[in-house]
Amino acid sequence: MFARALPDRSVLLALGALAAAAVLYLGIGARGDLGFILMFRGSKLLALITVAVAVAVSTVVFQTISNNRILTPSIMGFDALYLLIQTVLVFTLTGVGFAYLDPYSKFALETGLMLAASLLLFGTLLRNSRDLSRMILTGIIFGTLFRSMTSLLNRMIDPSEFSVIQSASFARFNSVNADLTWLAAGITLLVSGWLIRRHRTLDVIALGRETAINLGVNHDREARHLLTLVALLVSVSTALVGPVVFFGLLAAALTYQVAGTWRHVVLLPLSGLIAATILVGAQTLFERVLGFQASVSVVIEALGGLAFLYLILRKASR
Amino acid sequence: MIGIRDLDVSLTGSPVLHDITTTLPAGRLTALVGPNGAGKSTLLATLGRLVAPTRGEVELDGRPLLDYPDRELAQRLSVLRQDAPIGPRLTVEDLVSFGRYPHSRGRLTDLDHARVRHAIDRLDLRAFAGRYLDSLSGGQRQRALIAMVLAQDTDVILLDEPLNNLDLAHARRVMQIAREEADAGRTVVVVLHDLTVAAAYADHVVALKEGRLYAEGPSDEIMTPAVLSSLYDTPVSVATVENRRVVLTV
Ligand SMILES: Nc1ncnc2c1ncn2[C@@H]1O[C@H](COP(=O)(O)OP(=O)(O)OP(=O)(O)O)[C@@H](O)[C@H]1O
Ligand SMILES: [Mg+2]
Repeated sequence: MFARALPDRSVLLALGALAAAAVLYLGIGARGDLGFILMFRGSKLLALITVAVAVAVSTVVFQTISNNRILTPSIMGFDALYLLIQTVLVFTLTGVGFAYLDPYSKFALETGLMLAASLLLFGTLLRNSRDLSRMILTGIIFGTLFRSMTSLLNRMIDPSEFSVIQSASFARFNSVNADLTWLAAGITLLVSGWLIRRHRTLDVIALGRETAINLGVNHDREARHLLTLVALLVSVSTALVGPVVFFGLLAAALTYQVAGTWRHVVLLPLSGLIAATILVGAQTLFERVLGFQASVSVVIEALGGLAFLYLILRKASR
Repeated sequence: MIGIRDLDVSLTGSPVLHDITTTLPAGRLTALVGPNGAGKSTLLATLGRLVAPTRGEVELDGRPLLDYPDRELAQRLSVLRQDAPIGPRLTVEDLVSFGRYPHSRGRLTDLDHARVRHAIDRLDLRAFAGRYLDSLSGGQRQRALIAMVLAQDTDVILLDEPLNNLDLAHARRVMQIAREEADAGRTVVVVLHDLTVAAAYADHVVALKEGRLYAEGPSDEIMTPAVLSSLYDTPVSVATVENRRVVLTV
Protein backbone atom coordinates (compact mmCIF):
# COMPACT_ATOMS: atom_id res chain seq x y z
CA MET A 1 0.00 0.00 0.00
CA PHE A 2 2.94 2.35 0.49
CA ALA A 3 4.80 1.39 -2.64
CA ARG A 4 3.52 2.82 -5.85
CA ALA A 5 5.07 1.83 -9.15
CA LEU A 6 3.21 4.22 -11.44
CA PRO A 7 2.91 7.95 -10.97
CA ASP A 8 -0.43 9.00 -9.62
CA ARG A 9 -3.10 9.82 -12.19
CA SER A 10 -3.61 13.31 -10.79
CA VAL A 11 0.12 13.97 -11.23
CA LEU A 12 -0.05 12.94 -14.89
CA LEU A 13 -3.11 15.15 -15.46
CA ALA A 14 -1.39 18.12 -13.83
CA LEU A 15 1.68 17.48 -15.98
CA GLY A 16 -0.55 17.61 -19.07
CA ALA A 17 -2.16 20.84 -17.90
CA LEU A 18 1.23 22.44 -17.31
CA ALA A 19 2.47 21.34 -20.73
CA ALA A 20 -0.60 22.91 -22.35
CA ALA A 21 -0.14 26.16 -20.42
CA ALA A 22 3.55 26.24 -21.36
CA VAL A 23 2.83 25.73 -25.08
CA LEU A 24 0.27 28.54 -25.03
CA TYR A 25 2.67 30.77 -23.15
CA LEU A 26 5.45 30.19 -25.67
CA GLY A 27 3.26 30.18 -28.74
CA ILE A 28 0.55 32.84 -28.50
CA GLY A 29 1.39 35.94 -30.49
CA ALA A 30 4.88 34.79 -31.37
CA ARG A 31 5.89 36.77 -34.45
CA GLY A 32 9.16 37.64 -36.14
CA ASP A 33 12.39 35.87 -35.23
CA LEU A 34 10.91 32.72 -33.78
CA GLY A 35 14.16 31.37 -32.39
CA PHE A 36 14.85 34.54 -30.47
CA ILE A 37 11.31 34.78 -29.11
CA LEU A 38 11.29 31.18 -27.98
CA MET A 39 14.60 31.61 -26.23
CA PHE A 40 13.50 34.80 -24.54
CA ARG A 41 10.14 33.41 -23.52
CA GLY A 42 11.66 30.06 -22.65
CA SER A 43 13.95 31.51 -20.06
CA LYS A 44 11.04 33.44 -18.56
CA LEU A 45 8.95 30.30 -18.57
CA LEU A 46 11.72 28.49 -16.73
CA ALA A 47 11.79 31.26 -14.14
CA LEU A 48 8.03 31.11 -13.64
CA ILE A 49 8.04 27.35 -13.21
CA THR A 50 10.98 27.57 -10.83
CA VAL A 51 9.22 30.12 -8.64
CA ALA A 52 5.98 28.13 -8.66
CA VAL A 53 7.68 24.86 -7.72
CA ALA A 54 9.83 26.50 -5.03
CA VAL A 55 6.83 28.23 -3.46
CA ALA A 56 4.52 25.20 -3.60
CA VAL A 57 6.99 22.56 -2.42
CA SER A 58 8.28 24.76 0.41
CA THR A 59 4.70 25.42 1.51
CA VAL A 60 3.69 21.75 1.57
CA VAL A 61 6.85 20.77 3.46
CA PHE A 62 6.41 23.61 5.93
CA GLN A 63 2.81 22.60 6.56
CA THR A 64 3.93 19.03 7.12
CA ILE A 65 6.54 20.05 9.70
CA SER A 66 4.24 22.48 11.46
CA ASN A 67 1.32 20.07 11.28
CA ASN A 68 -1.32 22.38 9.92
CA ARG A 69 -2.67 23.49 6.60
CA ILE A 70 -3.10 27.21 7.18
CA LEU A 71 0.37 28.51 7.91
CA THR A 72 2.89 28.92 5.11
CA PRO A 73 6.48 30.13 5.08
CA SER A 74 5.41 33.50 3.69
CA ILE A 75 2.59 33.95 6.20
CA MET A 76 5.20 33.27 8.89
CA GLY A 77 7.38 36.03 7.43
CA PHE A 78 10.07 34.02 5.61
CA ASP A 79 10.19 36.17 2.49
CA ALA A 80 9.92 39.37 4.52
CA LEU A 81 13.00 38.12 6.36
CA TYR A 82 14.83 37.56 3.08
CA LEU A 83 14.04 41.08 1.91
CA LEU A 84 15.21 42.47 5.24
CA ILE A 85 18.50 40.61 4.90
CA GLN A 86 18.91 41.96 1.38
CA THR A 87 18.33 45.48 2.64
CA VAL A 88 20.61 45.12 5.64
CA LEU A 89 23.39 43.93 3.36
CA VAL A 90 22.99 46.94 1.08
CA PHE A 91 22.84 49.20 4.10
CA THR A 92 25.91 47.87 5.87
CA LEU A 93 28.11 46.83 2.96
CA THR A 94 27.79 49.84 0.66
CA GLY A 95 31.29 50.93 1.56
CA VAL A 96 32.78 47.68 0.33
CA GLY A 97 30.91 47.77 -2.94
CA PHE A 98 28.17 45.24 -2.30
CA ALA A 99 26.10 46.73 -5.08
CA TYR A 100 28.80 45.89 -7.63
CA LEU A 101 29.13 42.28 -6.53
CA ASP A 102 28.11 39.76 -9.17
CA PRO A 103 24.57 38.41 -8.69
CA TYR A 104 25.76 34.93 -7.73
CA SER A 105 27.92 36.08 -4.83
CA LYS A 106 25.14 38.38 -3.67
CA PHE A 107 22.64 35.58 -3.81
CA ALA A 108 24.99 33.22 -1.96
CA LEU A 109 25.59 35.75 0.79
CA GLU A 110 21.92 36.61 1.19
CA THR A 111 20.86 32.98 1.16
CA GLY A 112 23.52 31.93 3.66
CA LEU A 113 22.33 34.56 6.10
CA MET A 114 18.73 33.63 5.39
CA LEU A 115 19.30 29.97 6.31
CA ALA A 116 20.99 30.87 9.58
CA ALA A 117 18.41 33.49 10.53
CA SER A 118 15.39 31.34 9.75
CA LEU A 119 16.72 28.38 11.73
CA LEU A 120 17.34 30.69 14.65
CA LEU A 121 13.95 32.39 14.51
CA PHE A 122 11.64 29.62 13.38
CA GLY A 123 13.43 26.51 14.66
CA THR A 124 12.36 26.93 18.26
CA LEU A 125 8.95 28.27 17.29
CA LEU A 126 8.08 25.12 15.39
CA ARG A 127 8.70 22.93 18.38
CA ASN A 128 5.60 24.42 19.99
CA SER A 129 3.63 24.38 16.78
CA ARG A 130 0.54 22.83 18.34
CA ASP A 131 -0.69 26.26 19.35
CA LEU A 132 -1.97 27.46 15.99
CA SER A 133 -3.28 30.86 17.08
CA ARG A 134 0.06 31.70 18.64
CA MET A 135 1.87 30.64 15.47
CA ILE A 136 -0.34 32.85 13.30
CA LEU A 137 0.11 35.77 15.65
CA THR A 138 3.87 35.29 15.75
CA GLY A 139 3.97 35.10 11.97
CA ILE A 140 2.03 38.32 11.59
CA ILE A 141 4.27 40.07 14.10
CA PHE A 142 7.44 38.76 12.44
CA GLY A 143 6.22 39.71 8.98
CA THR A 144 5.21 43.21 10.01
CA LEU A 145 8.42 43.70 11.96
CA PHE A 146 10.61 42.58 9.07
CA ARG A 147 8.72 44.72 6.57
CA SER A 148 8.82 47.83 8.78
CA MET A 149 12.53 47.39 9.40
CA THR A 150 13.09 46.97 5.67
CA SER A 151 11.24 50.16 4.83
CA LEU A 152 12.95 52.04 7.65
CA LEU A 153 16.34 51.02 6.29
CA ASN A 154 15.22 51.93 2.78
CA ARG A 155 14.45 55.42 3.93
CA MET A 156 17.81 55.75 5.61
CA ILE A 157 19.68 54.67 2.52
CA ASP A 158 20.20 57.55 0.12
CA PRO A 159 18.18 57.60 -3.11
CA SER A 160 20.93 56.38 -5.40
CA GLU A 161 21.25 53.16 -3.47
CA PHE A 162 17.57 52.89 -2.82
CA SER A 163 17.15 51.63 -6.35
CA VAL A 164 19.38 48.68 -5.59
CA ILE A 165 16.89 47.16 -3.24
CA GLN A 166 14.25 45.00 -4.74
CA SER A 167 11.53 45.44 -2.26
CA ALA A 168 7.99 45.49 -3.43
CA SER A 169 4.79 44.58 -1.69
CA PHE A 170 3.85 42.41 -4.65
CA ALA A 171 5.82 39.95 -6.68
CA ARG A 172 6.86 41.03 -10.16
CA PHE A 173 6.32 38.04 -12.37
CA ASN A 174 7.02 39.97 -15.55
CA SER A 175 10.34 41.47 -14.56
CA VAL A 176 12.16 38.39 -13.41
CA ASN A 177 15.68 38.70 -12.11
CA ALA A 178 17.01 36.85 -15.14
CA ASP A 179 20.62 36.49 -14.01
CA LEU A 180 19.70 33.97 -11.41
CA THR A 181 17.23 31.88 -13.39
CA TRP A 182 19.49 28.94 -14.14
CA LEU A 183 21.02 28.80 -10.68
CA ALA A 184 17.56 29.06 -9.10
CA ALA A 185 16.15 26.36 -11.35
CA GLY A 186 19.06 24.08 -10.50
CA ILE A 187 18.69 24.59 -6.76
CA THR A 188 14.94 24.09 -6.90
CA LEU A 189 15.29 20.91 -8.93
CA LEU A 190 17.87 19.45 -6.56
CA VAL A 191 16.02 20.38 -3.38
CA SER A 192 12.64 19.19 -4.65
CA GLY A 193 14.17 15.96 -5.89
CA TRP A 194 15.77 15.31 -2.52
CA LEU A 195 12.49 16.04 -0.75
CA ILE A 196 10.51 13.74 -3.03
CA ARG A 197 13.03 10.98 -2.40
CA ARG A 198 12.37 11.34 1.33
CA HIS A 199 8.61 11.16 0.90
CA ARG A 200 8.19 8.30 3.34
CA THR A 201 9.88 10.20 6.15
CA LEU A 202 7.69 13.20 5.39
CA ASP A 203 4.61 10.98 5.64
CA VAL A 204 5.67 9.99 9.16
CA ILE A 205 6.53 13.55 10.19
CA ALA A 206 3.04 14.62 9.11
CA LEU A 207 1.64 12.36 11.84
CA GLY A 208 2.95 14.76 14.47
CA ARG A 209 6.08 15.00 16.57
CA GLU A 210 5.30 12.34 19.16
CA THR A 211 4.03 9.73 16.73
CA ALA A 212 7.04 10.35 14.50
CA ILE A 213 9.46 9.86 17.40
CA ASN A 214 7.61 6.72 18.43
CA LEU A 215 8.16 5.41 14.90
CA GLY A 216 11.89 6.04 15.10
CA VAL A 217 12.17 9.32 13.22
CA ASN A 218 14.45 11.86 14.87
CA HIS A 219 11.85 14.57 14.58
CA ASP A 220 13.86 17.56 15.79
CA ARG A 221 16.79 16.83 13.51
CA GLU A 222 14.58 16.14 10.49
CA ALA A 223 12.55 19.29 11.15
CA ARG A 224 15.76 21.32 11.27
CA HIS A 225 16.96 19.93 7.94
CA LEU A 226 13.58 20.44 6.32
CA LEU A 227 13.30 23.97 7.63
CA THR A 228 16.69 24.77 6.10
CA LEU A 229 15.50 23.51 2.73
CA VAL A 230 12.28 25.49 3.05
CA ALA A 231 14.32 28.62 3.72
CA LEU A 232 16.48 27.83 0.69
CA LEU A 233 13.45 27.50 -1.57
CA VAL A 234 11.95 30.72 -0.22
CA SER A 235 15.26 32.50 -0.89
CA VAL A 236 15.22 31.24 -4.46
CA SER A 237 11.72 32.42 -5.25
CA THR A 238 12.08 35.74 -3.43
CA ALA A 239 15.35 36.46 -5.17
CA LEU A 240 13.71 35.84 -8.54
CA VAL A 241 10.41 37.72 -8.25
CA GLY A 242 10.05 39.20 -4.78
CA PRO A 243 7.61 38.23 -2.06
CA VAL A 244 4.55 36.10 -2.82
CA VAL A 245 2.37 35.98 0.24
CA PHE A 246 -0.66 33.80 -0.43
CA PHE A 247 0.28 31.95 -3.62
CA GLY A 248 1.80 29.03 -1.71
CA LEU A 249 -1.31 28.65 0.37
CA LEU A 250 -3.50 28.62 -2.73
CA ALA A 251 -1.35 25.98 -4.43
CA ALA A 252 -1.12 23.79 -1.34
CA ALA A 253 -4.84 23.98 -0.56
CA LEU A 254 -5.70 23.00 -4.15
CA THR A 255 -3.17 20.18 -4.00
CA TYR A 256 -4.75 18.62 -0.91
CA GLN A 257 -8.16 18.84 -2.56
CA VAL A 258 -7.06 17.29 -5.84
CA ALA A 259 -4.70 14.68 -4.41
CA GLY A 260 -7.06 13.28 -1.78
CA THR A 261 -4.13 11.47 -0.18
CA TRP A 262 -1.60 12.08 2.57
CA ARG A 263 1.26 10.55 0.59
CA HIS A 264 4.03 13.03 -0.13
CA VAL A 265 5.09 11.03 -3.15
CA VAL A 266 1.93 12.49 -4.72
CA LEU A 267 1.58 15.74 -2.78
CA LEU A 268 5.02 17.16 -3.55
CA PRO A 269 5.12 16.76 -7.34
CA LEU A 270 1.44 17.60 -7.65
CA SER A 271 1.80 20.84 -5.69
CA GLY A 272 4.66 21.98 -7.93
CA LEU A 273 2.74 21.14 -11.09
CA ILE A 274 -0.47 22.80 -9.94
CA ALA A 275 1.36 25.95 -8.86
CA ALA A 276 3.27 26.12 -12.14
CA THR A 277 0.08 25.63 -14.15
CA ILE A 278 -1.65 28.44 -12.26
CA LEU A 279 1.26 30.81 -12.65
CA VAL A 280 2.03 30.10 -16.30
CA GLY A 281 -1.67 30.00 -17.16
CA ALA A 282 -2.39 33.30 -15.43
CA GLN A 283 0.66 34.93 -17.00
CA THR A 284 -0.42 33.73 -20.46
CA LEU A 285 -3.93 35.02 -19.94
CA PHE A 286 -2.95 38.42 -18.63
CA GLU A 287 0.16 39.17 -20.63
CA ARG A 288 -0.69 37.54 -23.96
CA VAL A 289 -4.47 37.58 -24.16
CA LEU A 290 -5.62 40.55 -22.10
CA GLY A 291 -2.49 42.61 -22.52
CA PHE A 292 -2.22 43.68 -18.87
CA GLN A 293 1.21 43.81 -17.37
CA ALA A 294 1.22 43.99 -13.62
CA SER A 295 -2.01 42.35 -12.57
CA VAL A 296 -1.02 38.69 -12.36
CA SER A 297 0.43 38.78 -8.88
CA VAL A 298 -2.45 40.92 -7.64
CA VAL A 299 -5.02 38.42 -8.87
CA ILE A 300 -3.14 35.38 -7.63
CA GLU A 301 -2.54 36.97 -4.24
CA ALA A 302 -6.19 37.96 -3.98
CA LEU A 303 -7.29 34.38 -4.72
CA GLY A 304 -4.74 33.06 -2.22
CA GLY A 305 -5.92 35.57 0.35
CA LEU A 306 -9.49 34.37 -0.10
CA ALA A 307 -8.33 30.79 0.35
CA PHE A 308 -6.59 31.84 3.58
CA LEU A 309 -9.76 33.51 4.88
CA TYR A 310 -11.81 30.49 3.92
CA LEU A 311 -9.48 28.09 5.74
CA ILE A 312 -9.38 30.26 8.86
CA LEU A 313 -13.15 30.71 8.97
CA ARG A 314 -13.79 27.04 8.36
CA LYS A 315 -11.39 26.20 11.17
CA ALA A 316 -13.09 28.70 13.47
CA SER A 317 -16.56 27.35 12.80
CA ARG A 318 -15.58 23.82 13.71
CA MET B 1 13.42 -4.51 32.10
CA ILE B 2 13.11 -0.78 32.42
CA GLY B 3 15.29 0.93 35.00
CA ILE B 4 14.46 4.43 36.16
CA ARG B 5 17.11 6.24 38.15
CA ASP B 6 16.91 9.61 39.99
CA LEU B 7 14.47 10.91 37.45
CA ASP B 8 13.42 14.57 37.45
CA VAL B 9 11.23 15.82 34.61
CA SER B 10 10.01 19.34 33.87
CA LEU B 11 7.36 20.33 31.37
CA THR B 12 7.66 23.81 29.83
CA GLY B 13 9.91 24.80 32.70
CA SER B 14 7.78 23.62 35.63
CA PRO B 15 8.95 20.56 37.54
CA VAL B 16 6.50 17.67 37.28
CA LEU B 17 8.33 14.52 38.38
CA HIS B 18 10.71 14.44 41.31
CA ASP B 19 13.42 11.96 42.09
CA ILE B 20 11.83 8.77 40.81
CA THR B 21 13.82 5.58 41.08
CA THR B 22 12.21 2.25 40.33
CA THR B 23 12.32 -0.80 38.12
CA LEU B 24 9.60 -2.07 35.85
CA PRO B 25 9.99 -5.83 35.61
CA ALA B 26 10.45 -7.48 32.22
CA GLY B 27 7.75 -9.81 30.97
CA ARG B 28 5.22 -8.38 33.39
CA LEU B 29 2.19 -6.18 33.20
CA THR B 30 2.76 -3.08 35.30
CA ALA B 31 -0.12 -0.78 36.19
CA LEU B 32 0.73 2.88 36.66
CA VAL B 33 -1.84 4.46 38.97
CA GLY B 34 -2.40 7.67 40.87
CA PRO B 35 -4.66 10.72 41.02
CA ASN B 36 -5.17 13.16 38.13
CA GLY B 37 -2.08 15.27 37.65
CA ALA B 38 0.15 12.86 39.56
CA GLY B 39 2.50 12.63 36.59
CA LYS B 40 1.58 9.26 35.10
CA SER B 41 1.42 10.50 31.52
CA THR B 42 4.63 12.43 31.99
CA LEU B 43 6.42 9.37 33.32
CA LEU B 44 5.14 7.23 30.46
CA ALA B 45 6.20 9.85 27.91
CA THR B 46 9.66 9.94 29.49
CA LEU B 47 9.90 6.15 29.31
CA GLY B 48 8.93 6.45 25.66
CA ARG B 49 11.65 9.14 25.08
CA LEU B 50 9.01 11.66 24.05
CA VAL B 51 10.08 13.92 26.90
CA ALA B 52 13.68 14.43 27.97
CA PRO B 53 14.40 14.26 31.71
CA THR B 54 16.10 17.20 33.39
CA ARG B 55 17.99 14.79 35.63
CA GLY B 56 18.45 11.05 35.92
CA GLU B 57 18.11 8.33 33.38
CA VAL B 58 15.89 5.66 31.90
CA GLU B 59 17.51 2.39 30.94
CA LEU B 60 16.18 -0.37 28.76
CA ASP B 61 17.93 -3.68 29.45
CA GLY B 62 20.74 -1.88 31.22
CA ARG B 63 21.42 0.57 28.40
CA PRO B 64 20.35 4.23 28.55
CA LEU B 65 17.51 5.06 26.18
CA LEU B 66 19.56 7.87 24.67
CA ASP B 67 22.25 5.39 23.59
CA TYR B 68 19.86 3.53 21.32
CA PRO B 69 19.73 4.54 17.67
CA ASP B 70 16.29 5.97 16.85
CA ARG B 71 15.24 3.14 14.62
CA GLU B 72 16.43 0.35 16.90
CA LEU B 73 14.58 1.88 19.83
CA ALA B 74 11.40 2.15 17.76
CA GLN B 75 11.71 -1.57 17.00
CA ARG B 76 11.93 -2.33 20.72
CA LEU B 77 9.61 0.15 22.37
CA SER B 78 6.26 1.64 21.43
CA VAL B 79 4.09 4.14 23.22
CA LEU B 80 0.43 5.13 23.02
CA ARG B 81 -0.29 8.65 24.24
CA GLN B 82 -3.37 9.69 26.14
CA ASP B 83 -4.27 12.26 23.48
CA ALA B 84 -2.56 11.30 20.27
CA PRO B 85 -3.48 13.86 17.61
CA ILE B 86 -3.21 12.45 14.10
CA GLY B 87 -2.82 15.19 11.52
CA PRO B 88 -3.65 13.87 8.05
CA ARG B 89 -6.80 12.09 6.98
CA LEU B 90 -5.87 8.42 7.29
CA THR B 91 -7.80 5.20 7.11
CA VAL B 92 -7.54 2.71 9.94
CA GLU B 93 -5.40 0.48 7.75
CA ASP B 94 -3.07 3.37 6.85
CA LEU B 95 -2.63 4.21 10.52
CA VAL B 96 -1.97 0.65 11.62
CA SER B 97 0.46 0.22 8.71
CA PHE B 98 2.51 3.12 10.03
CA GLY B 99 3.19 0.88 13.03
CA ARG B 100 5.41 -1.15 10.70
CA TYR B 101 7.53 1.86 9.75
CA PRO B 102 10.39 1.11 12.17
CA HIS B 103 10.76 -2.31 10.56
CA SER B 104 10.11 -1.66 6.89
CA ARG B 105 10.63 2.09 6.47
CA GLY B 106 7.37 2.41 4.60
CA ARG B 107 8.03 -0.39 2.08
CA LEU B 108 5.65 -3.01 3.41
CA THR B 109 6.45 -6.66 2.86
CA ASP B 110 4.00 -9.55 3.02
CA LEU B 111 5.04 -10.12 6.60
CA ASP B 112 4.24 -6.49 7.41
CA HIS B 113 0.81 -6.78 5.81
CA ALA B 114 0.13 -9.93 7.80
CA ARG B 115 1.11 -8.18 11.04
CA VAL B 116 -1.13 -5.24 10.20
CA ARG B 117 -4.08 -7.51 9.49
CA HIS B 118 -3.46 -9.45 12.68
CA ALA B 119 -3.39 -6.28 14.78
CA ILE B 120 -6.59 -5.05 13.13
CA ASP B 121 -8.31 -8.35 13.83
CA ARG B 122 -7.17 -8.45 17.42
CA LEU B 123 -8.90 -5.14 18.07
CA ASP B 124 -11.99 -6.22 16.24
CA LEU B 125 -11.56 -3.55 13.58
CA ARG B 126 -11.79 -5.57 10.40
CA ALA B 127 -15.08 -3.96 9.42
CA PHE B 128 -13.52 -0.52 9.83
CA ALA B 129 -10.18 -1.12 8.11
CA GLY B 130 -11.01 1.11 5.15
CA ARG B 131 -12.76 3.84 7.13
CA TYR B 132 -11.21 7.24 7.75
CA LEU B 133 -10.22 7.92 11.36
CA ASP B 134 -12.27 11.11 11.47
CA SER B 135 -15.39 9.11 10.63
CA LEU B 136 -14.98 6.77 13.61
CA SER B 137 -16.38 6.93 17.11
CA GLY B 138 -14.04 7.75 19.99
CA GLY B 139 -13.72 4.12 21.04
CA GLN B 140 -13.13 2.84 17.50
CA ARG B 141 -10.43 5.44 17.05
CA GLN B 142 -8.80 4.48 20.33
CA ARG B 143 -8.77 0.84 19.21
CA ALA B 144 -7.15 1.83 15.93
CA LEU B 145 -4.37 3.62 17.83
CA ILE B 146 -3.84 0.55 20.02
CA ALA B 147 -3.71 -1.62 16.90
CA MET B 148 -0.96 0.61 15.52
CA VAL B 149 1.09 0.09 18.67
CA LEU B 150 0.57 -3.68 18.46
CA ALA B 151 1.60 -3.72 14.80
CA GLN B 152 4.87 -2.15 15.86
CA ASP B 153 5.61 -5.48 17.51
CA THR B 154 7.95 -4.30 20.27
CA ASP B 155 9.38 -5.85 23.45
CA VAL B 156 8.15 -2.89 25.48
CA ILE B 157 4.60 -1.59 25.15
CA LEU B 158 3.62 1.60 26.97
CA LEU B 159 -0.09 2.45 27.01
CA ASP B 160 -1.50 5.64 28.48
CA GLU B 161 -5.14 5.11 29.47
CA PRO B 162 -5.84 2.64 26.67
CA LEU B 163 -9.34 2.05 28.04
CA ASN B 164 -10.43 5.64 27.34
CA ASN B 165 -13.74 5.63 25.47
CA LEU B 166 -13.96 1.83 25.38
CA ASP B 167 -17.12 -0.09 26.24
CA LEU B 168 -16.79 -2.89 28.78
CA ALA B 169 -16.41 -5.63 26.20
CA HIS B 170 -13.63 -3.84 24.35
CA ALA B 171 -12.00 -2.72 27.59
CA ARG B 172 -11.86 -6.38 28.58
CA ARG B 173 -10.47 -7.29 25.17
CA VAL B 174 -7.71 -4.70 25.41
CA MET B 175 -6.70 -5.81 28.90
CA GLN B 176 -6.66 -9.42 27.72
CA ILE B 177 -4.38 -8.43 24.88
CA ALA B 178 -2.11 -6.59 27.32
CA ARG B 179 -2.07 -9.73 29.47
CA GLU B 180 -1.28 -11.95 26.48
CA GLU B 181 1.59 -9.69 25.47
CA ALA B 182 3.05 -9.80 28.99
CA ASP B 183 2.63 -13.57 29.11
CA ALA B 184 4.53 -13.73 25.82
CA GLY B 185 7.47 -12.10 27.58
CA ARG B 186 6.92 -8.46 26.73
CA THR B 187 7.16 -5.63 29.21
CA VAL B 188 3.80 -3.91 29.32
CA VAL B 189 3.13 -0.70 31.24
CA VAL B 190 -0.45 0.57 31.38
CA VAL B 191 -1.80 3.74 32.95
CA LEU B 192 -5.11 2.83 34.54
CA HIS B 193 -7.76 4.66 36.52
CA ASP B 194 -10.00 1.66 37.06
CA LEU B 195 -8.35 0.00 40.03
CA THR B 196 -10.52 -3.08 39.79
CA VAL B 197 -9.14 -3.63 36.33
CA ALA B 198 -5.63 -2.97 37.61
CA ALA B 199 -6.11 -5.49 40.40
CA ALA B 200 -7.44 -8.09 37.99
CA TYR B 201 -4.76 -7.87 35.30
CA ALA B 202 -1.56 -6.32 36.66
CA ASP B 203 1.37 -8.21 38.16
CA HIS B 204 3.08 -5.12 39.44
CA VAL B 205 1.83 -1.69 40.45
CA VAL B 206 3.60 1.67 40.53
CA ALA B 207 1.69 4.45 42.26
CA LEU B 208 2.51 8.11 41.78
CA LYS B 209 1.29 11.04 43.84
CA GLU B 210 2.13 14.68 43.24
CA GLY B 211 5.01 13.83 40.98
CA ARG B 212 6.69 11.44 43.39
CA LEU B 213 6.85 7.68 43.67
CA TYR B 214 4.27 6.87 46.31
CA ALA B 215 4.28 3.07 46.37
CA GLU B 216 5.44 0.18 44.24
CA GLY B 217 5.31 -3.56 44.44
CA PRO B 218 3.38 -6.67 43.52
CA SER B 219 -0.28 -6.00 42.85
CA ASP B 220 -1.45 -7.75 46.07
CA GLU B 221 0.64 -5.47 48.26
CA ILE B 222 -0.46 -2.19 46.72
CA MET B 223 -4.12 -2.92 46.11
CA THR B 224 -5.06 -2.61 49.76
CA PRO B 225 -7.53 -0.21 51.38
CA ALA B 226 -4.78 1.46 53.41
CA VAL B 227 -2.46 2.23 50.51
CA LEU B 228 -5.20 3.24 48.08
CA SER B 229 -7.08 5.43 50.58
CA SER B 230 -4.04 7.53 51.32
CA LEU B 231 -2.90 7.52 47.66
CA TYR B 232 -6.17 9.12 46.56
CA ASP B 233 -6.96 10.90 49.85
CA THR B 234 -10.34 9.22 49.62
CA PRO B 235 -11.77 6.34 51.64
CA VAL B 236 -11.43 3.20 49.55
CA SER B 237 -12.44 -0.34 50.38
CA VAL B 238 -11.50 -3.55 48.65
CA ALA B 239 -14.13 -6.31 48.46
CA THR B 240 -13.81 -9.78 47.08
CA VAL B 241 -16.44 -10.78 44.57
CA GLU B 242 -16.24 -14.15 42.82
CA ASN B 243 -12.63 -14.48 43.91
CA ARG B 244 -11.68 -11.15 42.39
CA ARG B 245 -10.77 -7.98 44.18
CA VAL B 246 -13.13 -5.09 43.54
CA VAL B 247 -12.06 -1.59 44.53
CA LEU B 248 -14.88 0.59 45.80
CA THR B 249 -15.14 4.12 47.08
CA VAL B 250 -17.11 4.35 50.24
N1 LIG C 1 2.91 21.18 29.20
C1 LIG C 1 2.88 21.27 30.56
N2 LIG C 1 3.51 22.29 31.17
C2 LIG C 1 3.52 22.39 32.51
N3 LIG C 1 2.91 21.53 33.32
C3 LIG C 1 2.26 20.49 32.77
C4 LIG C 1 2.21 20.31 31.36
N4 LIG C 1 1.48 19.21 31.08
C5 LIG C 1 1.09 18.74 32.28
N5 LIG C 1 1.55 19.49 33.29
C6 LIG C 1 1.34 19.27 34.73
O1 LIG C 1 2.11 18.15 35.09
C7 LIG C 1 1.42 17.38 36.05
C8 LIG C 1 1.38 15.93 35.61
O2 LIG C 1 0.64 15.82 34.42
P1 LIG C 1 0.32 14.41 33.79
O3 LIG C 1 -0.37 14.62 32.52
O4 LIG C 1 1.57 13.61 33.76
O5 LIG C 1 -0.69 13.79 34.87
P2 LIG C 1 -1.45 12.40 34.85
O6 LIG C 1 -1.04 11.68 36.07
O7 LIG C 1 -1.29 11.70 33.57
O8 LIG C 1 -2.96 12.89 35.03
P3 LIG C 1 -4.32 12.30 34.39
O9 LIG C 1 -4.74 11.20 35.27
O10 LIG C 1 -5.26 13.46 34.52
O11 LIG C 1 -4.06 11.91 33.00
C9 LIG C 1 0.05 18.03 36.22
O12 LIG C 1 0.05 18.74 37.42
C10 LIG C 1 -0.08 18.94 35.06
O13 LIG C 1 -0.80 20.07 35.41
MG1 LIG D 1 -2.52 11.27 31.97
